[in-house]
Amino acid sequence: MNSLTIDSARAAIQERKATATALAESFYARIENSDPQIGAYLTLSKERALAKAAEIDALAVKGEKLPPLGGVPVAIKDVMVTRGVRSTAGSKILGNYIPPYDCTAVARMEAAGAVVLGKTNCDEFAMGSSNENSAWRPVHNPRDLSRVPGGSSGGSAAAVAAGMAVAALGSDTGGSIRQPASFCGVVGLMPTYGRVSRYGLIAFASSLDHIGPLTNNVKDAALVLRTIAGRDPMDSTSAEVPVPDYVAELEKPVRGLKLGVAAEYFGEGLDAEVRNAIEAAIQNLARLGCEVVPVSLPHTAYAIPAYYIVATAEASANLARFDGVRYGYRARGARTLSGMYRRSRDEGFGPEVKRRIMLGTYALSAGYYDAYYLKAQRVRTLLTRDFEEAFKKVDAIVTPTSPTAAFKLGEKVDDPLAMYLADIYTVTADLAGIPGISIPCGETREKLPVGLQILGRHFEEATILRLAHAYEKQVSGVRSRAPSA
Amino acid sequence: MKVTEKDVTYVADLANLELTADERARMVRDLNSILGYIDRLNELDTASVPPMAQVSDRYGLDPSKQGSERFAYASREDVHQGLRKSLPHEEALRNAPESDGIFFKVPKVIER
Repeated sequence: MNSLTIDSARAAIQERKATATALAESFYARIENSDPQIGAYLTLSKERALAKAAEIDALAVKGEKLPPLGGVPVAIKDVMVTRGVRSTAGSKILGNYIPPYDCTAVARMEAAGAVVLGKTNCDEFAMGSSNENSAWRPVHNPRDLSRVPGGSSGGSAAAVAAGMAVAALGSDTGGSIRQPASFCGVVGLMPTYGRVSRYGLIAFASSLDHIGPLTNNVKDAALVLRTIAGRDPMDSTSAEVPVPDYVAELEKPVRGLKLGVAAEYFGEGLDAEVRNAIEAAIQNLARLGCEVVPVSLPHTAYAIPAYYIVATAEASANLARFDGVRYGYRARGARTLSGMYRRSRDEGFGPEVKRRIMLGTYALSAGYYDAYYLKAQRVRTLLTRDFEEAFKKVDAIVTPTSPTAAFKLGEKVDDPLAMYLADIYTVTADLAGIPGISIPCGETREKLPVGLQILGRHFEEATILRLAHAYEKQVSGVRSRAPSA
Repeated sequence: MKVTEKDVTYVADLANLELTADERARMVRDLNSILGYIDRLNELDTASVPPMAQVSDRYGLDPSKQGSERFAYASREDVHQGLRKSLPHEEALRNAPESDGIFFKVPKVIER
């Protein structure tokens, strides 16, 4: 099932070699078989999926041309709302929430023919780097069930890696698409901020949140991006920038492109085996005709502290709406309105969410606003300027996605700060709003996937996709597949 | 800046969180650990660096305009592609923990 791509699935249905219905059913069988050990899915949307599959089959029977994602089984991270289908954001505070509307990105996928199999598990409100903060259950990495899949889009990454979806949508605020993609051995793309509408994405940090694809190969990521990108009148931060045909751009030559390598991403803390895999990948890209240029991103060490102020401050505001009044969990027996708010929130939110709300509230409170929040915003400018300077010299920047491969479940749960430091190579792109992709580039001795990250200028997804695609073609056939569960 | 239990109680109040005693103790520890790490931001001199609230200002803002006109990129007509229907009452109330069919019901607001 891992050999299915978006094009091959759609072609099989178009040519009547398979039906969308049978395909969806085979994925559900696979989910039933494999997911008890993995935990990728929270909710299955069989009725919706089979209705869409029937719609696509009717087109195929009439010999009509199928839309670009026609009949393709996909999974959606539970932070994106799906009309009539329970959406929890990985939290008990939304344990029984049935949204009355669809996330724009999901609606665009379905309009293109995608069959939404279900909602995937994630860290609560997208806060986490291991999927261990899910209020429901952790997700196990399909490549090694004793390890984390990464987070917060751990469910989406695991579903794709284990052949339980052909493609998935995830969200990225500090690395939550790229890092789990790297840990699970799949492709994860975070587009430029504003490239994809955030309407219907349950907000964590509004200036940092992004929706993007997790797929088995680069072309599929390009296909999904082409489907979901573009201005949305329901999201005023979505950009009025035309959407190129990312798929057509893939085959353009990479010879002559300049790749930046920043010493700050290869320092202390980077695992030796990861370093070796990344350096080999960079050699590969050089062999394709790219020029490797040293660059400096001097403020990199300040990205994590700046991120954990900005993101938590924004989260404290965004999560204020969960108060037990109109939807979600309401604590029983509260005698006053204030008591109802306070107890619903304390009982409904998990410990990491509460920690971040507290941190964010503190950073914004009187007396601390300048020292923390404003300070972090100034550092954000410095980090963005670092990239702007570097991109005057190079077309893309290559880095490891994560300092290590997937760690063991339970390894970092007791030390929040240690968990935060896992994001060290990914948060910078979120702060600057630039796009980044993680692609598999090898394994450790223990057969754990390693991810190569390629960062690009604002709205130059076509360039980073092109580089990723060229690299993938170069090394294809070497990548091993997830063992069948 | 060391965070005390008093600080935690005050911030929990602002955040509308009814923390248990255990949670409060844990929070003092965690916040101090995290803020201790975050203090390194003070190593940077940012006196003449403008704050960046969000990315889109960098590629949407029109610096040649004044006031709200600078943010024209983020706006649209109130009535866009025709008036859309509001969410019907029953749908809006469907997720209500408690409702009388017209309003969301909550405990009394005014405490005597």
